[in-house]
Amino acid sequence: MPLGDLLTLTTLFLAVVLVTPVLGHYIWLAMEGEPTPLRPALRPVERLVYRVSGVDETSEMSWKGYTVAVLVMAGVAILAGYAMLRLQDVLPLNQGGIPAMSPDLAFNTSVSFETNTNWQNYSGEAGATYLIQTGMLAVRNFTSAATGLAVAIALFRGLTRRSAKTIGNYWVDLTRGVLYVLLPISVVGAVVLVWQGVPQTWDPTRAVTTLQGAVQNIAIGPVASQEWIKELGNNGGGFFNANSSHPFENPTPLTNWLEMLALLAVPFALTFTFGRYAGSQRQGWTIFAAMMLVLGVGAVFAMHLEAAGNPLFPAGVDQTVLGNMEGKEARFGAGVGGLFMAVTTGTSTGAVNSWHDSAQPLSGLVPLFNMELGEVTPGGIGAGMYGMLIIGAILAVFIAGLMVGRTPEYLGKKVEAYEIKMAMLTTLVLGASILGFTALATATDPGLAGPLNRGPHGFSEILYAYSSQTGNNGSAFAGLSGDTPFYNITGALAMLIGRYGMIVPILALAGSMAAKRRVAPSLGTFPTTGALWVVLLIGVIVIVGALTFFPALALGPISEQLLQNAGKTF
Amino acid sequence: MGIARSLMALDLGRGTRRFQRFVTLGGAKPGGEAPRPRGVLDPELLRAALPHAFRKLDPRLLVRNPVMFVVELTAALVTITWAAHTTGLEPLPGSSGTGFELQIAAWLWFTVLFATYAEAVAEARGRAQAATLRRTRSETTARRRRADGLLETVGSSELRRGDIIVVEEGQTIAGDGDVIEGVGFVNEAAITGESAPVLKEPGTDIRSSVTGGTTLVSDRLVIRITSNPGETFLDRMIALVEGAKRQRTPNEIALAILLAGLSIVFLMATVTLRPFGAYAGITVDTVALVALLVCLIPTTIGGLLSAIGIAGMDRVARFNVLAMSGRAVEASGDVDVILLDKTGTITYGNRLAASISPAPGIPEAEAVRAALLTSIRDETPEGRSVVELARKRLVELDWPAKAGDDAGLAALAATIAEEIPFRAETRTSGVRTVTSGLVLKGAVDAIAGGLDGPLPPDIAAQADRIADAGATPLAIRDDGRVLGLIELKDTVKEGLVERFAEFRRMGIRTVMITGDNPRTAATIAREAGVDDFIAQATPEDKIAFIRKAQADGHLVAMTGDGTNDAPALAQSDVGLAMNSGTSAAKEAANMVDLDSDPTKLLEVIAIGKQLLITRGSITTFSIANDVAKYFAIVPAMFVSVYPQLGALNIMGLATPQSAILSAVIFNALIIIALIPLAIRGVAFRAAPASELLRRNLLVYGLGGIIAPFLGIKAIDLLVAALHLA
Repeated sequence: MPLGDLLTLTTLFLAVVLVTPVLGHYIWLAMEGEPTPLRPALRPVERLVYRVSGVDETSEMSWKGYTVAVLVMAGVAILAGYAMLRLQDVLPLNQGGIPAMSPDLAFNTSVSFETNTNWQNYSGEAGATYLIQTGMLAVRNFTSAATGLAVAIALFRGLTRRSAKTIGNYWVDLTRGVLYVLLPISVVGAVVLVWQGVPQTWDPTRAVTTLQGAVQNIAIGPVASQEWIKELGNNGGGFFNANSSHPFENPTPLTNWLEMLALLAVPFALTFTFGRYAGSQRQGWTIFAAMMLVLGVGAVFAMHLEAAGNPLFPAGVDQTVLGNMEGKEARFGAGVGGLFMAVTTGTSTGAVNSWHDSAQPLSGLVPLFNMELGEVTPGGIGAGMYGMLIIGAILAVFIAGLMVGRTPEYLGKKVEAYEIKMAMLTTLVLGASILGFTALATATDPGLAGPLNRGPHGFSEILYAYSSQTGNNGSAFAGLSGDTPFYNITGALAMLIGRYGMIVPILALAGSMAAKRRVAPSLGTFPTTGALWVVLLIGVIVIVGALTFFPALALGPISEQLLQNAGKTF
Repeated sequence: MGIARSLMALDLGRGTRRFQRFVTLGGAKPGGEAPRPRGVLDPELLRAALPHAFRKLDPRLLVRNPVMFVVELTAALVTITWAAHTTGLEPLPGSSGTGFELQIAAWLWFTVLFATYAEAVAEARGRAQAATLRRTRSETTARRRRADGLLETVGSSELRRGDIIVVEEGQTIAGDGDVIEGVGFVNEAAITGESAPVLKEPGTDIRSSVTGGTTLVSDRLVIRITSNPGETFLDRMIALVEGAKRQRTPNEIALAILLAGLSIVFLMATVTLRPFGAYAGITVDTVALVALLVCLIPTTIGGLLSAIGIAGMDRVARFNVLAMSGRAVEASGDVDVILLDKTGTITYGNRLAASISPAPGIPEAEAVRAALLTSIRDETPEGRSVVELARKRLVELDWPAKAGDDAGLAALAATIAEEIPFRAETRTSGVRTVTSGLVLKGAVDAIAGGLDGPLPPDIAAQADRIADAGATPLAIRDDGRVLGLIELKDTVKEGLVERFAEFRRMGIRTVMITGDNPRTAATIAREAGVDDFIAQATPEDKIAFIRKAQADGHLVAMTGDGTNDAPALAQSDVGLAMNSGTSAAKEAANMVDLDSDPTKLLEVIAIGKQLLITRGSITTFSIANDVAKYFAIVPAMFVSVYPQLGALNIMGLATPQSAILSAVIFNALIIIALIPLAIRGVAFRAAPASELLRRNLLVYGLGGIIAPFLGIKAIDLLVAALHLA
């Protein structure tokens, strides 16, 4: 691996390690209404929000109340978003004759931004007005991220409270998440991006005459304000179609590094927040280590393959020097392209700075597998942590707990039939959505019309689309024509299933765990900290993921790589 | 209490022998003749289980086990497919011959059969034992006292609660009841397997209860029946050992949900291969898909799950403990606080003479002789221990009068004019000698009261020291002179210190409960190595302690036998009642120890843990196995369309068909190979959880990944050599 790549990787991961305790502790303070430096300034705003919306911040909700609130919020937002997208041509701030979205595209897009997926079957600069970009999409970037954060906090409370009936107040958690956590960091981040050259303007698309005399339309707009929250909130929906490979979204190696840090920051910080709730930072760091290891191995693997290049090029094209530069940005390089690919899919961000479609088949396996693990390494904001706790911790604790001769418990709470039911439900939902929709697409004409390529590569394009949408990632493999009624509707369903098929069982689990009494730990309790637990967590998520998706992956990237090794491409 | 205690004392230190005896319980006959030993995997039991295995193939029964039910469905599906192809009803697709389909179908049927067989084997011993017990029940008649006082002969099934029956020597007691008249020895071998008879007499809390099916071996008893037909202890016992009312435990249900969930995941992974294959350009063979599905779903644990549960209950039963539910056995694995009575559980309960020390100015021999004199006629264990110690000491001292030998003893006894028995008011006992001297032993303050002068300060200090150490000082006086002190000590049972240390390693806290004063309690607690103690405890203290521990998140186990133990037994998470105890205690507890040995709680806890470990280990093994099966079957399925996928055939299996067949055969054989493990349980050592986990993960997790690679390869070599596919 070239030295530059190695430096980018190590400084990035080191920065994550440093940010985690600071941000993690801050999130705990902010979410529990403890004093923070920002509180004096923002508290009046928070109070105002409650007064206007009629929320009683002291009253807490049962898990059912919390779930209903999350679903009501989502339902209203999806409908309102749908209406705005259908009417964007006549609404103000239309920078240049952008038409209304078709019904299925509007449905897909509205669902996409509400589920924190940000799958885009439209091209940002040509398909969405400034009103949509700032008034709807950027707003959703905040609220959907804060919802993920809120659900994770509710689960933390459920796991750590004793014999409790409530798990918090969704409206309060949502408000605090936006106001204290996401907004302040985004303001600072956006300013830094502007300094690096990212546009932040209401001016319409600019027409310039090139040196050759041709007229070129250069899309600009309020980019910086959306760009930072896009990464920080693990949203990933680009202002431009080219997303973070576009020079106006991600102009320099520094912004690239900062954007990667932004998208990793909160998911990893939440491990520390969790430790704070659990009363043991070791609990948090253990999960941190498991997430970091899986992410790191995938990243190094992808970076290595991309930096090594494609050996199939004819004489004269030597990819061993610069690596596999197809679909990459020259200012970032092939290896860093591989790194971004890993971190944007390891978190459920889905921003891209290179074309995943053009990656080597096996490095394309990395984002696919990251998403198929259920987006838990470290996953989306909040969503990664709750996924990790339910798929990793609950299932691992159940199987391993038996092996020490006690009925399993996590953080002193017994894991029983109900919890297993909820954990299995989430696993099933993920598998059913990804495999089911992929099967549907491969078996029907509208589905088969999507992929640009044939053979295993085309299969990967379809599999990737549903993995990304179910995992609420939103990154595109590219190469799939997604703006068709078939893909818009099935994709929207996959996003809804992937989001609320997780959130509802997780809140149910939070409720049932909150109600349990806590069993005192002893030597006979098996510790959910330390190296052994890291191995177990990784083992369970990787094995569950691999067993579910191995056949599909074998027919996609694995076959393609083996065929490519034999000189056959698609 | 004397006989019961000495029986209990006899019972100690023969754990292994006892284990042997319980294994033979299935063949035990009333009267206790030694039957042929019968192991868990006794050939006769294995044979007897076979017809039951076939009976369990009935889909209506099998549907309770979703994983195996799916296998049975697929077996039927493949059989029908094969039949359709052989008879030409449907054209044979692809190159695979009908011989291949037949073999797959056969091995799928074997897979189900092996699972039902595992369950049948696990039930076999209980079934045999139940048959023996049932014989005991059906053969008895009783002589019932009519209202007019005359006796009538009736069948045991006609006895109702409140009936009075009379049992003569040699007769079988027809029902559960309380002795209201007479004293006699009862042989309880039919229930407990223990042939040494037990004394029964009226009026005592514990020894007045008798169990139907046991035999009176001496004298005559009049018994008031306490249970109606069908509700007797024997009936309950039959139901329990047979597993007739066995309900799945909460943990089993949770695991079953996990397995069902995984099965659905694998069903999706398999079913979608049809369209995925079609996309790639091949029609994936149904038989191959079915084979993949059966290999992936957790058949190993699915097939052995109920066998593990039954065998766990059975292991408890072999320790002569009747668990009222599987829930109780599982809960015992979770216990982290054990509440143990000091007397009878931690100590022998008999205070025995440990030393005799003379008062200042008194020759030791004189003090010892006096001690001997006070106890010659004392038949209590304390008295006997004083005699034994004194005689030994006199021989060592080479006392001229030779009281150490039998002749000397007789001479000494001849000097006794009158025996003065122990009375609660005087708290002393001893003899009046022919020289009319009064030689007494007794509580120090009681003896002090009868002295000529005050108690010498040295003696008082020595007595305090003895009491501080948890022992009991007895003073000896000869007329108005104090001669010395006897130290009576309660002794900790052999091997308990090591047991408690083991429990500490497992994270289980032992708490001793005693009516003694705190100082005495502290000493015994230190000697036994328990973690904590409650002194001067009342029954209410027990319940309060249990409630508090439970509120702090602990699971508490305790033993008890008296009626006043019943509330605490009911409150505890695991309550083990002694069979010798009152029916109130037995009702309140969730386990009854037929041998009435309280230390057995420790074994029950180990069995509970072992049961869960076995379940977890085989689950891990089962899931880990899937990795190799994927590598066997997936390349076999798609190698025809993507020949390069052959690179995934890392085992180098001969042909696609042999790969699929070998995986299916391995999948079936592993069930039968693991039956002994499922029934005997995974080896259990007392160790901290992290150590157990590391070891079991290595053996069953890593082993579970590697084993099938070797197994499938070996089977494939054989399949290829025999040209089976």
